[in-house]
Amino acid sequence: MSAVVPLSSLLDARRVWRGRAEPTPTGEQPTGWAALDAVLPGGGWPAAALSEILLPLDGVGELQLVLPTLARLSRGERSLVLVTPPYAPCVAGWRQRGVDMRRVEIVTATEGDVLWAMEQCLRSGSCAAVLAWPRQADDRALRRLQVAADSGRALAFAFRDRRHLGNASPAALRLELEAMPHARVWVRKCRGGVVPAQPVSLPYVALH
Amino acid sequence: MLWACVLLPQLALDGVLRRRPTTGPLVLVAGAANARSIVAANAAAREAGLRIGQRLTAAQALLARFEALPYEPESVQRWQQFLAAVAYRYSSEVCLLPHAIMLEVSRSMGLFGPWPRLENLLRDEFAALGFRHRISVAPTAHAAYVLAGIADGQTVLTPGALECALQRVPLHKSRLPAAASEALPGMGIRSLGQLLRMPRDGLRRRFGAELLLALDRLTGAAPAGLDSFHPPDCFDLRVELSHEVENLAALVFPVRRMTADLAAWLAGRDGGVQRFTLRLEHRGGHADVPIGLLAPEHDAGMLFEVARGRLEQMQLAKPVLALRLIARDLPVFVPAGRDLFDQRPANALPIGQLRERLRARLGDHAVYQLGSTSDPRPERAQIIASRDDGRCEPHPRPTWLLERPMPLRGTAPRILAGPERLETGWWDGGEVCRDYYMVETAQGQRAWAFCAPGEQIGWMLHGWFA
Repeated sequence: MSAVVPLSSLLDARRVWRGRAEPTPTGEQPTGWAALDAVLPGGGWPAAALSEILLPLDGVGELQLVLPTLARLSRGERSLVLVTPPYAPCVAGWRQRGVDMRRVEIVTATEGDVLWAMEQCLRSGSCAAVLAWPRQADDRALRRLQVAADSGRALAFAFRDRRHLGNASPAALRLELEAMPHARVWVRKCRGGVVPAQPVSLPYVALH
Repeated sequence: MLWACVLLPQLALDGVLRRRPTTGPLVLVAGAANARSIVAANAAAREAGLRIGQRLTAAQALLARFEALPYEPESVQRWQQFLAAVAYRYSSEVCLLPHAIMLEVSRSMGLFGPWPRLENLLRDEFAALGFRHRISVAPTAHAAYVLAGIADGQTVLTPGALECALQRVPLHKSRLPAAASEALPGMGIRSLGQLLRMPRDGLRRRFGAELLLALDRLTGAAPAGLDSFHPPDCFDLRVELSHEVENLAALVFPVRRMTADLAAWLAGRDGGVQRFTLRLEHRGGHADVPIGLLAPEHDAGMLFEVARGRLEQMQLAKPVLALRLIARDLPVFVPAGRDLFDQRPANALPIGQLRERLRARLGDHAVYQLGSTSDPRPERAQIIASRDDGRCEPHPRPTWLLERPMPLRGTAPRILAGPERLETGWWDGGEVCRDYYMVETAQGQRAWAFCAPGEQIGWMLHGWFA
């Protein structure tokens, strides 16, 4: 009779392939949207990676998607940076959603410097999240951002037009927002998981 | 008392070489136009047979091609002052002797460790700045000066050892008054030991009290009598370029050197710099590049990066002949305290330095924070400021705010919430009277729009509930 080998030791030795990696039970960076966390591998934003958010128009709930995360991160040690936002963030509105504006830095850069500024912020390691609205970003530029986010342990969000959906992207997560008939989020790519077939609806949270 | 002597035998030449590194023969010449002679020569020039004291014409006969630059006595003094300010980091009592910097180190060793370690620190510092040096240590300043002149690295730590060390010093190296050191060998006295055994009365009669005082200073019987050095309160460094520079890339190397010098100098006074000016001197004028920092800094890499960032943005109108770095605003440097349990990655660039880096490339006003005011008008409710008074607006506010309201075109939007009447500002001429609504456009965007009170036409878009 061969010796009895406990199953756990075989698993620990990584000699048994289990078909699919176990998803981490609790996310390191939850989005704050329970329905979205449930479908994302890792239970939230990919930590220290680039997430791409594709929009049909401005004002369709793109900030709502990230504001719970920003509110949570603004209570930490590190800063949040917005690189060339398309409009001014409304201080009262952001504060109503729980963001400490003292942690939010706004950077204005010319079109050519947006990606540079974003990379610098990501790489510095002193930013928890960097949000940018790049107009021109090719595959190589996004890959650089992905590497920078990884080395600086920061969340990177790139808000781009929906027409870029057809182009391949090195981002760890790609979400597409849809405004009509109601606000919904499609997961178009997620590293380390299967892309869900159904969109996640994004209910508007009434503040009062 | 324990005095370290840093002897700088090639001060003028090193000052020239560090701004124009060359491997070819180079000499410094001085004297009247028709009788120039060599006062300093680099290794390549000496190998070719050029000697100090040689006439320039004789040197030209020996060697066809070499660089000859004018010797500037004031540059020697300037570099000595600069290095003394750098050395001030290692001792609170710094004195100057010709071509040497004296440091009283008996108390410095408590901070920097025993003499061998302190000696290494000094050597690294001077080597990094590009100055050749000889270092010795002795219980009296003048003895350290004499010993450094004989050989590098002489270490005499006790008065007893000093007595022995002085015995062997040849008289012509002992830096005694010229009259005595010329006459004494003729009397058969060739070393300091012999001289110290001579009766003092006879020496005084023959050579005067000057010689006895010099001897007493050597042995420590009389105080050194040196004025202590006080570092100046502003930094002013000028570097002449070897040729007219027309593109910015060629200025990067001298700027790196200058900012490194500034950082070394700042370390000497344990201070930081908040504002400095880089002056580009043209023929018949100059252009200033002001460099401002948000907080005092003293890190060489950071100062260089900021200076380069500013420099890269400017256009060179005329060729640059010389660079000058002037720093007058030198506040106390307060190092940023870091928490032991800091969650940032270990190699994180502090947020202050990140801001400086962004500002250097993108402009002074490129990085800002928004804070709120007590004004209810949305246009005036927020300003550029780093504060958060915690006042919470009771009515829903959007997340994006347009800089100024613009007409909302297209089909009439669907009203989701509202109105919120805003009627204010009558006291300062910026009167507003608006009904704000949260509306949904035909494309599904949620907007914050207003119209005149009571009407629901003529929508003006003022923000997005993005």
